[in-house]
Amino acid sequence: MKEGFNKAMKNGLKKWRFLPLFAAMAFILSGCGEPFLSTLQPAGEVAQKQFNLMMLSVAIMVLVIIVVAIVYVIAITKFRRSKLGDDFIPKQVEGSHRLEVIWTVIPIILLLILAVPTVALTFELGDQSGMEAEDEEGNREALVIDVRANLYWWEFAYPDQGVVTAQDLVVPTDQNVYFNVIASDVKHSFWIPAVGGKIDTNVDNMNTFYLNFDGEKAEEANNLFYGKCAELCGPSHALMDFKVQTMSQEDFDGWIAAMQESAESEQDFENDTVADGFAVFEEQGCIGCHAVDPTQQIGSSAGPNLTNFGERSYTAGILDNEDSDEVHAENIQNWIRNADVLKPGNTMGGYNEDDLSDEDLDALTEYLMSLKVYSE
Amino acid sequence: MSTVAEKRGFLAVLWDYLTTVDHKKIAILYLVSGGFFFLVGGIEAMLIRIQLAIPDNDFVSAGLYNELLTMHGTTMIFLAAMPLLFAFMNAVVPLQIGARDVAFPFLNSLGFWLFFFGGIFLNLSWFLGGAPDAGWTSYASLSLASPGHGIDFYVLGLQISGAGTLIAGINFLVTIINMRAPGMTYMRMPLFTWSTFVASALILFAFPPLTVGLFLMLFDRMFGANFFDVTMGGNTIIWEHLFWIFGHPEVYILILPAFGIFSDIISTFSKKRLFGYAAMVFATVLIGFLGFMVWAHHMFTTGLGPTANAIFAVATMAIAVPTGVKIFNWLLTMWGGSIRFTTPMLYAVAFIPSFVAGGVTGVMLASAAADYQYHDSYFVVAHFHYVIIGGVVLGLLAGTHFYWPKMFGTMLNETLGKITFWLFLIGFHGTFFIQHFLGLMGMPRRIWKFLPNQGLDLFNMISTVGAFFMALAVIVLLYNVVITQIKNVRVGNDPWGDGRTLEWAIPSPPPYYNFKQLPLVRGLDPLWIEKMEGRKEMTPAEPLGDIHMPNNSFIPFVMSLGLFIAAFGAMYQVDWRASDGADYVWSIPVLIIGMLITIGSMAVRSLKDDHGYHIHKEELMDDHDDKGGRE
Amino acid sequence: MDMNQKYTARTWPESPEKTTLEGKNKFLGFWLFLGGETVLFASLFATYLALKDKVPGNDHALAADMFELPLVFIMTMLLLTSSLTSVYAMYHMKNHNYQKMQTWLLITVFLGLAFLGFEIYEFNHYVHEFHHTFTSSAFGSAFYTLVGFHGAHVVVGLGWFTLLLVRNGKRGLNLYNAPKFFTASLYWHFIDVVWVFIFTVVYLMGMVG
Repeated sequence: MKEGFNKAMKNGLKKWRFLPLFAAMAFILSGCGEPFLSTLQPAGEVAQKQFNLMMLSVAIMVLVIIVVAIVYVIAITKFRRSKLGDDFIPKQVEGSHRLEVIWTVIPIILLLILAVPTVALTFELGDQSGMEAEDEEGNREALVIDVRANLYWWEFAYPDQGVVTAQDLVVPTDQNVYFNVIASDVKHSFWIPAVGGKIDTNVDNMNTFYLNFDGEKAEEANNLFYGKCAELCGPSHALMDFKVQTMSQEDFDGWIAAMQESAESEQDFENDTVADGFAVFEEQGCIGCHAVDPTQQIGSSAGPNLTNFGERSYTAGILDNEDSDEVHAENIQNWIRNADVLKPGNTMGGYNEDDLSDEDLDALTEYLMSLKVYSE
Repeated sequence: MSTVAEKRGFLAVLWDYLTTVDHKKIAILYLVSGGFFFLVGGIEAMLIRIQLAIPDNDFVSAGLYNELLTMHGTTMIFLAAMPLLFAFMNAVVPLQIGARDVAFPFLNSLGFWLFFFGGIFLNLSWFLGGAPDAGWTSYASLSLASPGHGIDFYVLGLQISGAGTLIAGINFLVTIINMRAPGMTYMRMPLFTWSTFVASALILFAFPPLTVGLFLMLFDRMFGANFFDVTMGGNTIIWEHLFWIFGHPEVYILILPAFGIFSDIISTFSKKRLFGYAAMVFATVLIGFLGFMVWAHHMFTTGLGPTANAIFAVATMAIAVPTGVKIFNWLLTMWGGSIRFTTPMLYAVAFIPSFVAGGVTGVMLASAAADYQYHDSYFVVAHFHYVIIGGVVLGLLAGTHFYWPKMFGTMLNETLGKITFWLFLIGFHGTFFIQHFLGLMGMPRRIWKFLPNQGLDLFNMISTVGAFFMALAVIVLLYNVVITQIKNVRVGNDPWGDGRTLEWAIPSPPPYYNFKQLPLVRGLDPLWIEKMEGRKEMTPAEPLGDIHMPNNSFIPFVMSLGLFIAAFGAMYQVDWRASDGADYVWSIPVLIIGMLITIGSMAVRSLKDDHGYHIHKEELMDDHDDKGGRE
Repeated sequence: MDMNQKYTARTWPESPEKTTLEGKNKFLGFWLFLGGETVLFASLFATYLALKDKVPGNDHALAADMFELPLVFIMTMLLLTSSLTSVYAMYHMKNHNYQKMQTWLLITVFLGLAFLGFEIYEFNHYVHEFHHTFTSSAFGSAFYTLVGFHGAHVVVGLGWFTLLLVRNGKRGLNLYNAPKFFTASLYWHFIDVVWVFIFTVVYLMGMVG
């Protein structure tokens, strides 16, 4: 019996030569999912390192599974009573010290192989000192973004730039971006699967971590990543999505400048409908919850800031605007009319014809779509 | 008491079960009510899978979905898996150690009724304004924000049933320490008894933190306290710690007894003593111990910092070692044995790879830095279903088939059993294997719906199809139970023919006093030892004598009922205070009346002497084996 | 074994609480229960330490502002003494002297009542002098929950002793009730030990600030 087992062990150990197979496995896995969402198609340094650690653990685990499988298959095929006969009385073996030692020590070694890089990467990802680094003039080198999670929407502020936005996170590629995350109401969790692991947005304290958005990979994802809330937070937890627009540092600087500028520039309306829309926006009290001022303090309004609303990839984080202006307008109207249906439990609620006439809605939509700061 | 009425009506049987303190009948009570809650939790699971079959589905509403996912988890863990395990512990452990009863028959009954009323209370939420909807973990910020009484039902229901569980745990510990038959040393105890022992110790130390957590939540929600209210200085992370200090050992409370059942089944149907028995015992104890050291791996993304995360990551990985020892010992038990593929053995054989799969994903999750990706995604959903279904539920199904003849005196149909097995196994892997990938592809857990164009459609559909296979398997099992009880073919002491431990040395079902004479245990697998020496029965360790038995009692039922009533009062006094006393004026009186019923019945129990009764030697000599037990 | 068998001091066994199987089970089961209780109080202590002095705003009284040594010192002494008197009671229980056991248990009960009286005064004092209530802050909730849980244990212990004394006043000691007296006194010691920790962690450490 022992011989058979040792043979099985040897067979198992030989599987090391299948290491290339694990590379192939990683390749196959990376076909899984969409590039803008899948952790298996890492689009940044953090996600890549986590993916590598994942693959290491998968490799070790597949090795274990192979060893178990071999012993298992031999055991249940070779020692069937139908083959051995009813009268066969197996030897009542007590155990084997040597085997016990083997299957205690080998797993410990395998776990150490996994534990060392795990601890190393845990500390590496936990190191936020880059956030404090300053250049000669005392300015912070890294980009820091404050994230505030609210019942079913996300608010993003750039404290060093004095800009705030919502729902669409805008980031430069190929550098560490640091996030300070917190929640306003209940606990949420901030997750951009393709770019890196998540961190909880607690109600009690600020959590900090960083991500790095890879420029090339971002292009494969059309410079738009999906972000998710990963902690059950109420009825519309499933719909608490946000999007990440990635761009080069240059473009990002341009975007920041445009945002800052829009705060200073006088409001001028392209046409009368837009002006009417703005009037509706004020009359209906939309402005009570939705600021159009990008310098507003984070956490000070009840709804998402709308400064660059016309440029957002999705309406309310869930309705795709990319196709055309018509679709975009439809999305906005659908949202205003049916916000309570589209995101159950959200605080905005729907506005029906009695609250808001079709005409006013059209004007309002026109106004909202005109809220652009960076696109020409 | 000891004389049996020949023909008894339904009411008499009902009364008997309401007042019984016999561990074998309490086992049946646990099996029936745990089975009922298992079906309820299963229906909730099917609704969840139907909702997630296609993208952007509106089969159930968002609020209802959250109630379903919460109640599915809570029901399956607290009201199905644990009670079903208690069913087998009650039915088998006293027999395995050669005891006539558990240490505290009265408390045994009290434990059951507390669980039962707690479970009923929790499920009444469906009809009284909505079920809890903050997940089975009920994280504090969300559960405080949750409107209505759902969370109150959760808190009070779990508090009541948790008290029952704690009582059951102490009972088993004392039973195993004090009530073993002559010669039944610790290192001769069957693995199921050992794992029950360790799981009971875990219950003893893991449930109090949950009790405290629930009290804090109860005070916050119902009595204006501020433990979790950040604006008043509170802190919600306290709940996360308390919950997981309970929650992680809870996983081992579930899985260890399942390990025990499998150990006994594998040894029995391999006709071979358990390989590395001492190592198995040690591994069980070690897993139980380490189970308390790793709770924060559920909180890797909470922001505890890299040092805490790294420590808990390594500690968690360490658990894989004793678990691996167990896997290899099971394999080596089969190796060189003579394996008979009965239904229980099929489950055991399927359990090994299924659980290995759940175990290795556990190690992957332990890797903290990578867990930032897995955490709260469908990868985690897949992992814990592999552990809980691949381990615990397969163990329960195996135990059901294995111990059914011992509990009821008749065998479940083997063909139907095997059909159930294959349907369930295929369905289980079909449902959950694919979910690992869904998680890695970016699907968070606990989502009411997923939107199209995210590459998640196909795998979700496959998962739903798998769930229907499992549902079908359960239906076949129910059919099997019904026809088996109708046919009612009686079986003898050792219906499987391969029995090795004491429970197979006495009639099926055993007489109500279990052992006419306590058996003399001469080693591990005592019945096997006797069989090998050509005997069919155990050698008695004592001459035939009077047997002392406890009296039945209705007090446990009343005591639990009191808490059940009081819980309504505690819950609705919130409305009474909010409504300025206009409505719900009855709430405070109901609270007081309920508590008085409970305290009063405790006082009655304390004041009234209950010495039990004796079965006399002469009666025992008259008592034929086939007549006993069905009193 | 007949539970109601009459014993004399001479025939009374050395460890009456563990002579019968029921007694032995009760003895062990109760120790285990106290193990669970220990974890329960440990959780409450941890919660208290996490929320100590956690108040909204700065007009709330903190631990250092409120706690006064003389009061809690008297309470500690009362409870410690009551533990000692219950030891005397158990000494007489083991010697099958019901009368003396009864006397010492009564003294224990009175000391416990005195402790409770001081505790009620103390809570009342905090509420009225410092507006430190169960609902005023997380600190308040944690304080009253921890100390209140202990107080509730004291109440249960007193009720238990009283019930036992009333029930067995006429018939004296036998092997059926001896384990009950013994476990009740174990419970009382446990309450005492918990208080020592409360005294240290809540009051002494609280006064240090």
